[in-house]
Amino acid sequence: MLGSQVTLVLYDDEVAAVKQVLANLLKASNSKSIFLVDKNGQMIASSGDVSGIDVTSLASLTAGNIAATGGLAKLVGEKEFAIQFHEGEKDNIHISIVGSRVILVVIFDHRSSLGLIRLRVKKASTALAEIFEEIGEKHKVQANGHDRTNPFAEITDDDIDNLFS
Amino acid sequence: MSFINYASREINCKIVYYGPGLCGKTTNLQYVYQKTAEESKGKMISLATESERTLFFDFLPLALGEVRGFKTRFHLYTVPGQVFYDASRKLILKGVDGVVFVADSQDERMDANIESLENLKDNLEEQGYDLDRLPFVIQYNKQDLPNLSPMDELQRFLNPNKIPEYGACAMSGVGVFETLKAIAKLVLMDLKKGAR
Repeated sequence: MLGSQVTLVLYDDEVAAVKQVLANLLKASNSKSIFLVDKNGQMIASSGDVSGIDVTSLASLTAGNIAATGGLAKLVGEKEFAIQFHEGEKDNIHISIVGSRVILVVIFDHRSSLGLIRLRVKKASTALAEIFEEIGEKHKVQANGHDRTNPFAEITDDDIDNLFS
Repeated sequence: MSFINYASREINCKIVYYGPGLCGKTTNLQYVYQKTAEESKGKMISLATESERTLFFDFLPLALGEVRGFKTRFHLYTVPGQVFYDASRKLILKGVDGVVFVADSQDERMDANIESLENLKDNLEEQGYDLDRLPFVIQYNKQDLPNLSPMDELQRFLNPNKIPEYGACAMSGVGVFETLKAIAKLVLMDLKKGAR
């Protein structure tokens, strides 16, 4: 399990694996676009037609939404509400929590249906949960001193000052 | 919790502006937004009431540039300052990498500052954070107003540990970028240490 204070690190192969799952889901569910968002509001990966969507805002608002819904769940004695569905005039959004740690957002229109989305999301969630379980295990190993190179180990004051120049 | 993505060579960090109601947290973000070049900023989101009080949070994504080949992005959030929105404040603190406490320097707001600072400590503790170990700076805002608490009093009550502190007037922008730069620097140095 990734602790709330641990830096989430994703390497190329892990991102590729995640993207593959999203691409498969996009096709199987006939949806428009799919996003995977970290519970803290960071965008992890996306698939499908994302043009015209502000993905950073989407990630932040999704995380806020899930956090607020989680707060509501606790108030009524539930661990979490794992699925949310918002129906619009044209587009709909299906939001689900994967493995208690990341959020899967699927945007779809009349070419798909809620039933199909739910069915396909379930399968993809299992695959994603496995990937993040592995990443979590890797973090444990790294915490024991087998860290891959930290790109920030060599950072200097000048590097940081340059960001603001 | 910062997020390092090797595939896109990006690093994302979350900074939260905390403080009592009407102390100027949103104004800080608005100033940063106004003065930042178009290509370096995303859309600013404000979830506010009709009277423009923050209801849930303000959000401003900033891209500062590259460090060692990694794009550094900072996500700035504010919390709703009003006392009764405590549940929302707790949610926004999740995954925080650095905190800016915006104090209202007016004499009559000293109690509100102290209460908000205590609330920040409590809410962080609930999530397993220790404010003393988190990148943390303080801003004494509204320094342009006439009815100020003396600086030594602000320091004594709000900054006993002598963390980096900045006088500011967020409306005109004085101290806003100094504060942001200070917290960004502390967050990046913290990443370097890999302490968390």
